[in-house]
Amino acid sequence: MAEIIVVTSGKGGVGKTTTSASIACGLAQRGKRVAVVDFDIGLRNLDLIMGCERRVVYDFVNVIQGDCVLKQALIKDKRIDTLYVLAASQTRDKDALTGEGVRRVLDELAADGFEYIVCDSPAGIEKGAHLAMYFADRAVVVVNPEVSSVRDSDRILGLLASKTLRAEQGNGGVKEHLLLTRYNPRRVASGEMMSVDDVKEILGLDVIGVVPESPDVLSASNAGAPVILNVESDASRAYEDAVARLLGETLPLRFVEEPKRSFFARMFGG
Amino acid sequence: MGLLALFRKTPSTARVAKERLRIIVAQERSARGSPDYLPLLRRELLEVIHKYVNVDPSAVQINLGHEDGHEVLELSVSLPEARRGR
Repeated sequence: MAEIIVVTSGKGGVGKTTTSASIACGLAQRGKRVAVVDFDIGLRNLDLIMGCERRVVYDFVNVIQGDCVLKQALIKDKRIDTLYVLAASQTRDKDALTGEGVRRVLDELAADGFEYIVCDSPAGIEKGAHLAMYFADRAVVVVNPEVSSVRDSDRILGLLASKTLRAEQGNGGVKEHLLLTRYNPRRVASGEMMSVDDVKEILGLDVIGVVPESPDVLSASNAGAPVILNVESDASRAYEDAVARLLGETLPLRFVEEPKRSFFARMFGG
Repeated sequence: MGLLALFRKTPSTARVAKERLRIIVAQERSARGSPDYLPLLRRELLEVIHKYVNVDPSAVQINLGHEDGHEVLELSVSLPEARRGR
């Protein structure tokens, strides 16, 4: 049985694709067979973040429309054996994705033995976002500690609770988790940024990870290597923890407090 | 700046953000799931009532509830106190 995980947020630019790529890599590094699927039709980007943009021949819509078989469209990751990418199409046709087509592809991935299917949702609440979440078992809601992102996440939580297959079937609904990104402990300490607890309290959801704001995220996307692979980075460790929690481990949150600075560092700035 | 900050009494912007979000999120959640026509229905009802009685816009309350498997549209209008001699 494959578990379908949607990475969603409502608002754009909060780190959905970065998170999808890192979670997919993290799961695959632990030996799971993982497919990560880009639902952002017309604005394909997961391929760039995964570093496989030049190997895209067929895409998600090609599979749905029968131009090729699923195997031809799945791009095998060059770093991790059990990881595959299904790119979005660059078509401008908004109706290229259909519920029936998406269901067929997901079923086929599950039948092929994939244990996890990570669905990278587009921003917004239109068709692509709707179909990315519709078949999900779990949702990772990516949120920045900032007013518009938190409000949009709440809107998405409302949709997860009503406009998904699991909600319609009434069998417990989609399991939801929060993942905070661009977290800056220093600004939280000085009262300029909402804390993990603030966001948790407003949205009323458990937190599966807190990824600190880090220059390594941009470097990773520049290089086309998901940030979780940069083991030196705090962002990587934070994503590793999130993956472990997705798999049921209990770990304390890291990187939520300002690193202690020495007396001299505080005196002389820096 | 460190010392000065101790004496400054302005609330932190994070706290302001949290308060604003708490209110708007609660409001949006209560409106969620209710049909889209409710605000329009409320406005049109208000116009009709207004033809006969001079009521305040906040005097018309519309709620959608569930009772015994039925959806119940609850409408309450508080009329201003009637003046004598009319």
